[in-house]
Amino acid sequence: MHPAYSVIFLTTATGAGYGLLALLGVLRAIDHLPHDRTFGVIVLGLALALITAGLLVSTAHLGRPERSWRAFSQWRSSWLSREGVLAVVTYGPALLFALSWLILQRNDGLWPLAGWAAAGFSVATVYSTSMIYRSLAAIPRWHHPLVAPVYLLMALATGAVWLNAMLMPFAPGNEVLQAVCFAALAAAWLVKIAYWRAIDSAVGDSSSASATGLTGFGQVRPLDPPHVQDNYLLKEMGYVVARKHSAKLRRLTHLLAFLAPLVLIIIQTATSGPASLAAAALAAIAISFGVVIERWLFFAEAQHKVMLYYGADRI
Amino acid sequence: MTSLPKSPSPKRLGLVIDLDTCVGCHACAVNCKEWNTAGYHAPLPDTDPYGKDVDGVWLNRVHGFETTGDTGGNNKDGRTVYFPRSCLHCEDAPCVTVCPTGASYKRTEDGIVLVEEDKCIGCKLCSWACPYGAREFDSDGGVMKKCTLCIDRIYNENLDADERQPACVNACPARARHFGDFNDPNSAVAKLTAARGGVELMPELGLKPTNRYLPPRPAATVGAMADGASLDDAPTTGGGFLGWIDRTLSR
Repeated sequence: MHPAYSVIFLTTATGAGYGLLALLGVLRAIDHLPHDRTFGVIVLGLALALITAGLLVSTAHLGRPERSWRAFSQWRSSWLSREGVLAVVTYGPALLFALSWLILQRNDGLWPLAGWAAAGFSVATVYSTSMIYRSLAAIPRWHHPLVAPVYLLMALATGAVWLNAMLMPFAPGNEVLQAVCFAALAAAWLVKIAYWRAIDSAVGDSSSASATGLTGFGQVRPLDPPHVQDNYLLKEMGYVVARKHSAKLRRLTHLLAFLAPLVLIIIQTATSGPASLAAAALAAIAISFGVVIERWLFFAEAQHKVMLYYGADRI
Repeated sequence: MTSLPKSPSPKRLGLVIDLDTCVGCHACAVNCKEWNTAGYHAPLPDTDPYGKDVDGVWLNRVHGFETTGDTGGNNKDGRTVYFPRSCLHCEDAPCVTVCPTGASYKRTEDGIVLVEEDKCIGCKLCSWACPYGAREFDSDGGVMKKCTLCIDRIYNENLDADERQPACVNACPARARHFGDFNDPNSAVAKLTAARGGVELMPELGLKPTNRYLPPRPAATVGAMADGASLDDAPTTGGGFLGWIDRTLSR
């Protein structure tokens, strides 16, 4: 599939933003965050900025963005519509949460519920984003049970590593958050490895013979193409990434998205002062590049069954 | 509404495409383009049509394939097959349920899958959901386009009765395309499907496409092609002058 930059930015930026928002909601509800207003403005501001920028940029790949309000109507059947509805609904508890922290400075009574609700809706929004891909049977590498866990864990890991970096100047040594970072990075890494192994060994259900109704006629291969230059289908669905590039990019993902953040956060906990701060900041930068490469590969490596009509044997 | 109709439609309109008789002339694709660029989905734009990067929206594409032949059965020899590809108007159409706006829908009365362009935001998700590549994006209009089964012909009372068929069916010089109601056991499409063993495309996906493809008949084997015989071991037959030459040369 063609890796459109707007969709890569949408899924990674909103993933990090919702991961961050969910962690803020939960950690403040269980009182594991500084009450500092400046800290709150920075972290909540970043979370909402990432979410809002991702959602706005996602409209850039629409043919008719001025009609995008219509996308809130089909939540009964469409995961894309559900994502839109949940993304907007999440602003409700998120803004209540911001009110309780940044303006009222309260975390008693029912106020922690706003944080829990913001976290819950954040998870639901990321889940519906992943289900947009997970639900497409025409693209077997997306129609896979590990797609939703990968999206959720990558969102949690990027949010946690970013929160960890921004917490440093205010309250270094938040052990709960460091534990979340390690757990999320390790779990995301394992699930991503399992996903790659699964898609590499998968054998497609469909063949060029089943796609043309010529089962029993032997190998079916293209002879005369229907058009002389790439059409929409080939430009959108026919993207192919060279195997050697994909291997290199997977190694880069292992390094930047998982290994480097884990090692840097260990360094951060083992040191103090500027070294510790630098390690935490570098971890956040590394995972940001790592998750973009991971998402680029998620699109570029996905094969669409329509390619069975254009030379693929089995997908 | 992008939920699929709850009960099967009373009519199930669709096409039968005969891979035995299709000669790959592209007349169906051309007439489809011609009709639809002025019809329901008007226009079907072309970009750089006479230049170096020819591109454009077509709702029907004709592929040519070759098969290698199978070891058993009637298909042991390879052959060329021309294969027109367009929307199959699936009963469980994934392009409909993924649509976030309700622009993509399946008609309850006859099962035709349509795009209501005024509601389409051009997110392209429906084209990702279709394994058959039936939808093409119109980058000029920013909306998705697809086969309408010529809904503006088949119910059009301004046309003569025999013209009330999809443009591709009317154009086919080989009579390889047939239109009708699959729910009617006496329709030409139902009869042809039953008689010739019409098949679904990618049945493993379970999308229940309406259109059926008739597989090529066993290839005719004539003369020296019969049973893979080679001219080298052609038996000496016949009498007369030619038989005498054959016998003399075969010595």
